[in-house]
Amino acid sequence: MPMRKVMKCNEAAAWAAKLAKPKVVAAFPITPSTLVPEKISEFIADGEMDAEFIKVESEHSAISACVGASAAGVRAFTATASQGLALMHEVLFIAAGMRLPIVIAIGNRSLSAPINIWNDWQDSISERDTGWMQFYAENNQEALDLILIAFKVAENERVLLPAMVGFDAFILTHTVEPVEIPDQEVVDEFLGEYVPKHAYLDPAKPITQGALGFPAHYMEVRYTVWEAMENARQVIEEVFDEFEKKFGRRYYMIEEYKTDDAEIILLTMGSLAGTLKDFVDKKREEGVKIGAAKMTVYRPFPIEEFRALAKKAKVLAILEKDISFGISGAVFADAGRVLVNEKEKPILLDFIIGLGGRDVTFENLEEVVEISKKALVGEKVEEVNWIGLRKEIL
Amino acid sequence: MAKEIYTKYKMAKYLRKEALPTALCPGCGGGTVLNAFANAIDQLGIDPRDLVVVSGIGCSAWIASPYFLADTLHTTHGRAIAYATGVKVGLPDKKVVVISGDGDLAGIGGNHLIHAARRNIDITVILVNNFIYGMTGGQVAPTTPFGAITTTSPYRNVEHPLNIAETVTSAGASYVARWTTFHVYQLIESIKRALSVKGFALVEAISQCPVQFGRRNRMKTPTEMLRWFQRNSVLISKARNMSPNELEGKIVVGELVNREKPEFTEELNSLIEEVSKHYGLGDNNAD
Repeated sequence: MPMRKVMKCNEAAAWAAKLAKPKVVAAFPITPSTLVPEKISEFIADGEMDAEFIKVESEHSAISACVGASAAGVRAFTATASQGLALMHEVLFIAAGMRLPIVIAIGNRSLSAPINIWNDWQDSISERDTGWMQFYAENNQEALDLILIAFKVAENERVLLPAMVGFDAFILTHTVEPVEIPDQEVVDEFLGEYVPKHAYLDPAKPITQGALGFPAHYMEVRYTVWEAMENARQVIEEVFDEFEKKFGRRYYMIEEYKTDDAEIILLTMGSLAGTLKDFVDKKREEGVKIGAAKMTVYRPFPIEEFRALAKKAKVLAILEKDISFGISGAVFADAGRVLVNEKEKPILLDFIIGLGGRDVTFENLEEVVEISKKALVGEKVEEVNWIGLRKEIL
Repeated sequence: MAKEIYTKYKMAKYLRKEALPTALCPGCGGGTVLNAFANAIDQLGIDPRDLVVVSGIGCSAWIASPYFLADTLHTTHGRAIAYATGVKVGLPDKKVVVISGDGDLAGIGGNHLIHAARRNIDITVILVNNFIYGMTGGQVAPTTPFGAITTTSPYRNVEHPLNIAETVTSAGASYVARWTTFHVYQLIESIKRALSVKGFALVEAISQCPVQFGRRNRMKTPTEMLRWFQRNSVLISKARNMSPNELEGKIVVGELVNREKPEFTEELNSLIEEVSKHYGLGDNNAD
């Protein structure tokens, strides 16, 4: 029987790692993710988990050790956040280029400067071009589940790409919730032992990984990463199906809430999705035709699901905790690419919200709805809106 | 209470009052280091406007930033010395000081520490060594004593700590000293010398972290940790006649090296001058 325990999201991530049975975990402490490797080191020290835990001297070393382990053909896991993920940056490209199915748990946190330890998604969003799949969890249960799902998708022969699972700093990482811990046997059936069928470092059959790719070959290698990411869409759907059959919980690339007759749809990722559902309920009582949507998978971008969602809305408002300076939020920019050649499309608006741990309140969401309503009746509004700015200190 | 400190504490003039009280835990050795640094500046008569203080990430990076009333550059984890190198090359007339922790400067940023010492650039580094990653909750560090308990070595640490002062001495620094927060006056004297010598200077300040290190290693209070420093410290002159076995687990304190060597920014600028002259180029220092 699955066990229910009350735990922080960081612990849920550690439990997911324990259930996934990686052979190597290499990690370096960073707020707010530290508890993940700390809990794993306890599992290992108590003999509950059979893995090598490497206490490295930086995040760069942590991901490098994971690349080494994965290249040698074993399952590898790490956890980090913010500057730690930024320090991993160059190695992230290498992991994807070598097609190593590593999984990282990210306690989504802002980037310096100024130094800030609180939540937004700038860390993982900034890694969107590395060739890593990206999943975002709404709550602790989703974090656990998505880590298992991430391993399953990453190791699929049609994919073979690394994956990161993000969950909001403090809002989730340090908040306790009841979490269902699946049975080990069922997880074993779901994930299976990782046996690499592709190229890996085996002294009996020597190969070279990560060597020089001349102009005659480089582009083709990069194209295979593109192809793998395209394949991942289908594989993710299949794994979501299988996960539901095994564990009874259903995941969607984009999960919709009260969108069927909605004129305004608010789309977001992570824990903010929970707030949006409550807010939608409130506005529905007031008679506003509004719905919400949660994007669980950000890379590969759920193109078809997004187009289907867009068809339902007159105004599609994207609420995102990241900013790509000089253009807009990253999700909004992606959404533009997805809708650009569609004949019928909603008015697309971007709302930059909750950066660096700024609380997202119902008042903020009311502002989003007000702007969206104006757009709905044809008034001109800004495409990119910063919500909740303290204008008095600017 | 706070007001009283401002009137009675002579070093208060060097502190950014609006930032106080500090975020350091009660009993942290960071305050002692801040006090020693302020006293050294005061005794040398250095104008804080001639200082640039650089720090990385971690509890000890907070000692000077934001509390010390001078230009402070708060940077990324491990890279303070790299940033400071840029500051010193750009502003060679300023006193450039790095105050940060062991995990920051000797762990993740260890490479920069070694190479700045090798280059012998005129930077003063006050490396606050509390044997632990304090800010993130007490994980094992490259400086954690053999056998010590931490959150990521719950049974005991099986790795040996890096001897920071000895490593930096070997790497070629002009000045290296090690004291503990128990040795406040010696610490002030060494910081003064470190600020005065030309070249790379390191003062390793062994400091107490009762919250993350002490309480897991049978030293719950700052007093117990300071007593441990007192009992466990061996003067370098005495240590020279002791065997490695006798020195196991001891803290060797004192001045490890104080030597004159060519300094990086001076060498760099004289090279630029030399080459400019050779090729008949204009005055490179002209604004």
